[in-house]
Amino acid sequence: MTPSTLFIAWTFAKRELRSGLYGFRIFLACLALGVATIAAIGTVRASIQAGLTANGAALLGGNAVVRFTYRFAQPDERAWMASIATRVSETTDFRSMIVVKRDTIERGLTQVQAVDDLYPLIGKVNLDPPMQLADAFAGNGTFPGSVMERALANRLALIVGDTFKLGEQTFILTAILVSYPDNSGGGFGLGPRTLVLLDNLKNSGLLAQGTLMESNYRLDLKDDANLATLENQAKNLFEESGLRWHDTRAGVPGVARFVDRIAAFLILIGLSGLAVGGVGVSAAVRSFLSGKSNVIAILKTLGVTRHIIFLTYFLQIGVLTIIGVAIGVALGAVIPLALAPIIEAHLPVPSDFTLHAAPLFESTIYGVLTALIFTLWPLARTEDIKPATLFRDAFTAGNILPSPKYLIITALLLTTLIGTAIIFSGTAFLTLWTTGGILCALTLLIIAAYLARFAAQKLRRLSRGFPTLRFALASISARGGETTSVVLSLGLGLAVLAAVGQIDGNLRGSITNELPDVAPSYFFVDIQPDQIDGFRARLDNDPQVKQYEAAPMLRGIITQINGVSSRDFADHWVLQGDRGLTYSDLPGEGTIITEGVWWPKDYTGPPLISFATEEGLEMGLEIGDTITINILGRDITAIIANFREVSFEDAGIGFIMSMNPAALQGAPHSWISTVYSAPEAETAILRDLATAYPNITAIRVRDAIDQVVQLLGGISAATRYGALTTLITGFLVLIGAAAAGVPARTFEAAVLKTLGASRTTILISFALRSALLGLAAGLVALAAGMMGGWAVSTFIMEIDYKPIWSSAGAIILGGISATLLAGLAFSWRPLAAKPAHVLRSRE
Amino acid sequence: MMTDALSLSNVSLSLCGNAGTVNILHDISLTVAKGETLGLVGPSGSGKSSLLMLMGGLETASSGSITAFGTNITHLSEDHLAHFRQKNMGVVFQSFHLIPTMTALENVATPLELAGVRNAFDRAGTELTAVGLANRATHYPAQMSGGEQQRVALARASITRPKLLLADEPTGNLDEANSAAVIDILFGLREQHGATLIMVTHSNELAARCDRVIHLRNGQIDTQQTTTE
Repeated sequence: MTPSTLFIAWTFAKRELRSGLYGFRIFLACLALGVATIAAIGTVRASIQAGLTANGAALLGGNAVVRFTYRFAQPDERAWMASIATRVSETTDFRSMIVVKRDTIERGLTQVQAVDDLYPLIGKVNLDPPMQLADAFAGNGTFPGSVMERALANRLALIVGDTFKLGEQTFILTAILVSYPDNSGGGFGLGPRTLVLLDNLKNSGLLAQGTLMESNYRLDLKDDANLATLENQAKNLFEESGLRWHDTRAGVPGVARFVDRIAAFLILIGLSGLAVGGVGVSAAVRSFLSGKSNVIAILKTLGVTRHIIFLTYFLQIGVLTIIGVAIGVALGAVIPLALAPIIEAHLPVPSDFTLHAAPLFESTIYGVLTALIFTLWPLARTEDIKPATLFRDAFTAGNILPSPKYLIITALLLTTLIGTAIIFSGTAFLTLWTTGGILCALTLLIIAAYLARFAAQKLRRLSRGFPTLRFALASISARGGETTSVVLSLGLGLAVLAAVGQIDGNLRGSITNELPDVAPSYFFVDIQPDQIDGFRARLDNDPQVKQYEAAPMLRGIITQINGVSSRDFADHWVLQGDRGLTYSDLPGEGTIITEGVWWPKDYTGPPLISFATEEGLEMGLEIGDTITINILGRDITAIIANFREVSFEDAGIGFIMSMNPAALQGAPHSWISTVYSAPEAETAILRDLATAYPNITAIRVRDAIDQVVQLLGGISAATRYGALTTLITGFLVLIGAAAAGVPARTFEAAVLKTLGASRTTILISFALRSALLGLAAGLVALAAGMMGGWAVSTFIMEIDYKPIWSSAGAIILGGISATLLAGLAFSWRPLAAKPAHVLRSRE
Repeated sequence: MMTDALSLSNVSLSLCGNAGTVNILHDISLTVAKGETLGLVGPSGSGKSSLLMLMGGLETASSGSITAFGTNITHLSEDHLAHFRQKNMGVVFQSFHLIPTMTALENVATPLELAGVRNAFDRAGTELTAVGLANRATHYPAQMSGGEQQRVALARASITRPKLLLADEPTGNLDEANSAAVIDILFGLREQHGATLIMVTHSNELAARCDRVIHLRNGQIDTQQTTTE
């Protein structure tokens, strides 16, 4: 390409652009909407991340937090913390039951945070009525004070001044907890929070050895503290003892990761919207070039080279792409800012809504690459079609592929797009699944469009005698008609929505419908070893208890496998953080040992361990491998004696690791239990056990399920909104296709009127055409969505897949409604046109 | 008593466009007898095709009245006009105006299908054979030559055995050989079924085959002559 070539092409392009952007509204809308969606999602993500970073210290409650599971810090750990910080605040978190005695006794699950005098080191606790936390803890002279979240107070009908018990200790409610720092769970937990002074729990009977608790040490670091250095120091000194370090560089790592993953997923859904937009963009370019066939033919006749012609239109489409992407970026940047007050009100974490360059850059790249991928083929065909062919209905004349160089460039662009998406989303797995899904869906839809045309062609003979139906089928089967555009654009949008509906429905179904049938009524935790016999006795004597399981439970961190640091050994969820483990003399009833043998009863040799088969396989473990587990600061190395099946699907007790009892002798621990009982017996069981053992905590499984369903509802809603933008883009493409079809419909209507067809007949034919196309798109989308739903349910979520017919029906109805709406909206003009005017204008 | 096929009384046509109102036809009055063949000739822009469109109810007169086979069609609604055409008229255009998404057979069968005739496709096949296109039944318009397309259009126009055939420059887009073939078929069909034929043409030779020729100039009837004169 020489400068003069480019100059000539640009001169031609400018002349053609003078006629304005008419005919490119759908092109611009598709591109702008796709880019805007991605830019908006990215902006929200960046705003949340900025908020989390800016408020890292407040969210952590300190410059850094040192965390231990199941225990408080040892003297050497306390000494180290004191050496690096000016102040250290100690708190502990655990679940417990609040007991309110009135005429009847009421109980509520709560997340207790027991704090010291220094709490909060950074940030502020807001109470209602407003008061200092220290005053709230002071109580009324008889009982120590406590504050709790409004949801819990409402649930238990507690008002300020009422008393309640935590374990054996009575507290007075002195205020409602409105807000507090270090709300790292983002408000999600099994129970609302109750704050008490740590010292006031001494006589509660809670926090005995083996209690499922977490201790946190918030550090106000010295001014010259280097966070990275301190983290390394912490790891070197104490990592194997279970110390975990967090600091303000990643204020709330869990939330940040969660937001990151959800945003990445939504952006990938946004990419599918952009793909749908691409179909519209491609259709718009084809339609534009089809209208330019005479101009192209004349230019070629005048001696303009194929290359210059390609460049002329490439530059025009390039200018339009820049305009479309710019509109999208502007909208994607401005809309989140405009909606910031609403979004912030619904976010459980702080955010900083402002312009963020990175997501705008990301969406620009996606927009430009998508436009290039979808416009290159129709543009390339301007080179290959001879002038004579152009004069004869060039762009509906055939489906010839462009020359190999364009195929290679398209493949490279596609690879770049996927590579970019992997880099930006940070998850190759999710990106490849999503882009693979989009490509498969597009391929399926192209095949489906062909099949729809083929089927319409075959059905035409059967429809003889039903002129409205035959006219509709004739139009659907026509080459170069609306069929491919409609099936592709609407089909892809509906397929994404169908897949989301199927996955969501199956997940909800498995949690809300199936789980309660097999799940226990209650989980009891923190049962002390000296309480387990009495606990069992209560359940053994109750005929309404169908079944119960009880197992000792400890928590430990796998630090080494075969002498290698676990982090270096494998990247697996079992190795991240602490895991529960148990011990047993004999395998539990119904245990399936897949490899190896269980240890003999009363075995006292070197520690042996039984490991979960599936997780063991995933990590590449074998019989005889050694696993070192840090339990309460003590390393125990055990040899894998066997692998056994462990199922987590029924919410029963399932331990990844079980050891021989002698190996864990002396280790402080508690018991957990699952109780399966008739619903009418649940209240009495809870009352008796909680009265006899005030320290134990009962978790009603139904409540936990409700919490999970609530969280899933939020994720599902966000996903649906993402999918909805894909559908809106699809609808835009549909409108574009319907608008492009107006001249053909007008001509058809004029001829049919001349031949004696009434407007009603013609309208019915147009409506049938739209409805059948919508039905085809809906059916194909449903098939693709169900396949996607089945694949995700079966291979990723590992749950049984069942078709969700209500969602399926909605998809098909949606498809028909959308095409009918778009089709009929563009039918009035053809119906109203005078035949004489239409037909004579084509003479 | 023999009634007229068509009667126009003081018919005028004005169209409003971006450039203002254009008067196309002024005060036209004429009658066409049943079975008559009438040629409409005149220079471009004289209003020939517009007059034909008015006769077929494809255009609405600004003033005056048009009666076809005893029915005043001037103010019929669009749907009533469509129904009237289906029963009484067949129209042939210079550019054929076949529906591109339908095969030749389907195009020809359409008027009968709209009339609810059961064996529409059998009769369409017969009609295509009559115009020499039995082997083109499954072909689409884009797959046929201009002459073939016009023969399909003729078959479509005549399949309902209309009492009035309107042809707007039916050979305007065809070469000499195809023109002759199409005209032979057109007059053959008229004779065979006894229809009235009104034809717009630029060809004096073709006009000479008609019973009567009307010359239009500037939207008015300039002269009329019967070919026996």
